[in-house]
Amino acid sequence: MEIEGLERILREHSFFAGLGDAFLALVSGCARNVRFEAGHYLFHEGEPANEFYLLRHGRVALELHAPGRGPITFQTLGEGEIVGVSWLIPPYRWAYDARALTLVRAIGVDAACLRQKCEADHDLGYEMMKRVTSVLIQRLQTTRLQILDVYGTHS
Amino acid sequence: MSTARIADTDGTTDPMVPRLARIARRRRDGPQVWTLEIEAEDSAGAAFAPGQFNMLTAFGVGEVPISLSGDPAEPDRLVHTIRAVGPVSTALARLGPGETVGLRGPFGVGWPMAELAGHDVLIVAGGLGLAPLRPVLYRLLAERARYGKVVLLYGTRSPQEILFRREIESWRRRLDIDIEVTVDHALGDWHGHVGVVTTLIPRASFDPAHTVALVCGPEVMMRFAVAALRDAGLPDTALFLSMERNMKCAVGLCGHCQIGPVFACRDGPVFRFDRLRNVLAVKEI
Repeated sequence: MEIEGLERILREHSFFAGLGDAFLALVSGCARNVRFEAGHYLFHEGEPANEFYLLRHGRVALELHAPGRGPITFQTLGEGEIVGVSWLIPPYRWAYDARALTLVRAIGVDAACLRQKCEADHDLGYEMMKRVTSVLIQRLQTTRLQILDVYGTHS
Repeated sequence: MSTARIADTDGTTDPMVPRLARIARRRRDGPQVWTLEIEAEDSAGAAFAPGQFNMLTAFGVGEVPISLSGDPAEPDRLVHTIRAVGPVSTALARLGPGETVGLRGPFGVGWPMAELAGHDVLIVAGGLGLAPLRPVLYRLLAERARYGKVVLLYGTRSPQEILFRREIESWRRRLDIDIEVTVDHALGDWHGHVGVVTTLIPRASFDPAHTVALVCGPEVMMRFAVAALRDAGLPDTALFLSMERNMKCAVGLCGHCQIGPVFACRDGPVFRFDRLRNVLAVKEI
């Protein structure tokens, strides 16, 4: 797909809402269209965080494996959401598995490419940091609720 | 606001004296969760508004408030969904068909059904909080043309603890209601959403300017749901919560269920959020 088409898709994705055209052009230079069949993994725990994904279609499960229990899904993500936030924060390594639950169409962003551009242009880096931090805070808050086990018999 | 009020003080009955009722049917609806259908021995039905509750007595053990979870169009079938957690609810949940319970009610102010007409209705339920909202769903679906979009967002602990699963599946087959179910944790055999119910709110399709939201669940879940609904653009006057408190007398006399300036039994259990906004943040209340 042409860069111009990717820029339009990125502009419409909620993760990049409000990002200026110049920055969008920089990001789109690191982006590509990707597709995962149901059951395929986008990435695995412990792997280098080389590419993160902006979901356009389909659903992805974030999973942790526990001995004797198999994969435990702690969150599912869908259209308009981002899969993978560890790409911006050292040591740039995934902390869980991400598995396509359905056919997934997404924009994959080369993390090393975008990190280099963030280092070269701290204004872009700050924009990325604000967006990633917002996702991290939301996920931290929902994790707190899960830990509270609000539907347990103590509630 | 709904005008549903205490329906028992007609001058001939004492709201503090239980009527006798018998268990007609008992069904398991999840781990530790049972739905009891009871019939009053005097054969007098008890018309109720969605969101109201009854006081049920397990004789020799005690009395607890239990929301009505059945169809308001069938007031002779008094349906209550109970989670067996304390001595009274455990005793009630163990009762079988033909056994006797005490019944007072219905009590309280229910959901604002009159205000829902012409609006989109967004229902956010957590865990057993779906039970007091099921009468709303029965009413909405029975009078579907009176309302705009109807959305149910339901969250619970695990796939095994989904309440009223068969009914949810049946409602999902209709084309005039959006239903999303999420669980906090799941193993690999669950293919639905995983994550807390508040994560469904930004993904849901509704017009915040024309939507009324009804929220019921554990208080922590409701606080976060309200925050997400406000972030989505709903005004405080369009948010309604059902508050669970320690109701004892159920008629606003004893004060056990006081929440700041209001009594949950008499002024609630359903409140518009702007009435509770300042007291919900007070930890001592």
